[in-house]
Amino acid sequence: MAATQEEILEGLAEIVNEIAGIPTEDVLLDKSFTDDLDVDSLSMVEVVVAAEERFDVKIPDDDVKNLKTVGDAVDYILKHQG
Amino acid sequence: MTAKIRPSKGAPYARILGVGGYRPTRVVPNEEILKHIDSSDEWIRTRSGIATRHWAGPDETVAAMSVEAGGKAIADAGLTPEQIGAVIVSTVSHLKQTPAIATEIAHLLGTGKPAAFDISAGCAGFGYGLTLAKGMITDGTAEYVLVIGVERLSDLTDLEDRATAFLFGDGAGAVVVGPSKEPAIGPTVWGSEGDKSDTISQTLPWDVYRDQSAADVRYPALRQEGQAVFRWAVYEMAKVAQQALDEAGVAADELDAFIPHQANMRIIDSMIKTLKLPEHVTVARDVETTGNTSAASIPLAMERLLATGQAKSGDTALVIGFGAGLVYAATVVTLP
Repeated sequence: MAATQEEILEGLAEIVNEIAGIPTEDVLLDKSFTDDLDVDSLSMVEVVVAAEERFDVKIPDDDVKNLKTVGDAVDYILKHQG
Repeated sequence: MTAKIRPSKGAPYARILGVGGYRPTRVVPNEEILKHIDSSDEWIRTRSGIATRHWAGPDETVAAMSVEAGGKAIADAGLTPEQIGAVIVSTVSHLKQTPAIATEIAHLLGTGKPAAFDISAGCAGFGYGLTLAKGMITDGTAEYVLVIGVERLSDLTDLEDRATAFLFGDGAGAVVVGPSKEPAIGPTVWGSEGDKSDTISQTLPWDVYRDQSAADVRYPALRQEGQAVFRWAVYEMAKVAQQALDEAGVAADELDAFIPHQANMRIIDSMIKTLKLPEHVTVARDVETTGNTSAASIPLAMERLLATGQAKSGDTALVIGFGAGLVYAATVVTLP
């Protein structure tokens, strides 16, 4: 069954916490990965790969650069999840 | 008539008998790189783990560095140059294409008339060369093969590109491969993914200088798509590394050392995590003070692990190279 927006946000928060050590409660829809959460471009790749596995979605490299905020990523996963 | 041809007769197996390295004298700290790009020491260290790299001076040519490293490897193997039957040089930064630099290196080393040729397989070049050497020895076409990885990547570095200016270093690493009674180089897992050839490449071919005034053209340099390469290196190469272990019949907890291509500390750290390498395995982290030296990085890192006592002769090591092509090669070896 496809994950809801809330479930995706929760899952992403756990992933970001594990990879970048950011508290899960700070991972909110309007936060920018690089500017607010200090997730650099390489950590972003790790976040993306973990999200792909967790939500059964493919996020090609060309699309990764468009995922500026947590909300962008949540929307992308909502639209593309298997 | 079809004559009966006598087959060549090789050694049952091959092993690495000796290793040698050469790092240019000049050490270049991040501060020097920062003269040309808007960045910081902290940014460079966080993204790459690199603190310093060596850049070659005018006399530290591709041939000169190779002769230093090759000579040490031959001595380390307990051999003399005349015993070398083939010299394989892997490089992407020897800027004179003809003749192959391997012949000059063989000559300068004082070998006899060995087979000598260059290969171009980017950062997987060492593994490609090692695999060829092993095949030549078990086939019987050479008894001892000198494999050299050498780069002067500072010649192909765009000092003003903030994504790559800090990455590359110069140096040469070499091994001598020879006959063995026991298997000491496992099956190679190697391949190429040409659909990703644009992700790491030289910006322009040399013939732009024939077609346009040199003044109009920015000198060619190496460029890469950092995120795409990182993803491929960490996740796809971890699978290749695992396959090399499986094909060698070696379990991860039987390993003593892991010597990946020294591209970037972040790639190394993530690969270890993805591979779930046991903590007792010594990991080569030469990139911190050597930078990314492409084909030279694995033998240089191997030499350093052995020289510093972090690994010892007879240890089992997983080696994996990966880079421009994209190409990759992984195998398990017994250290010399």
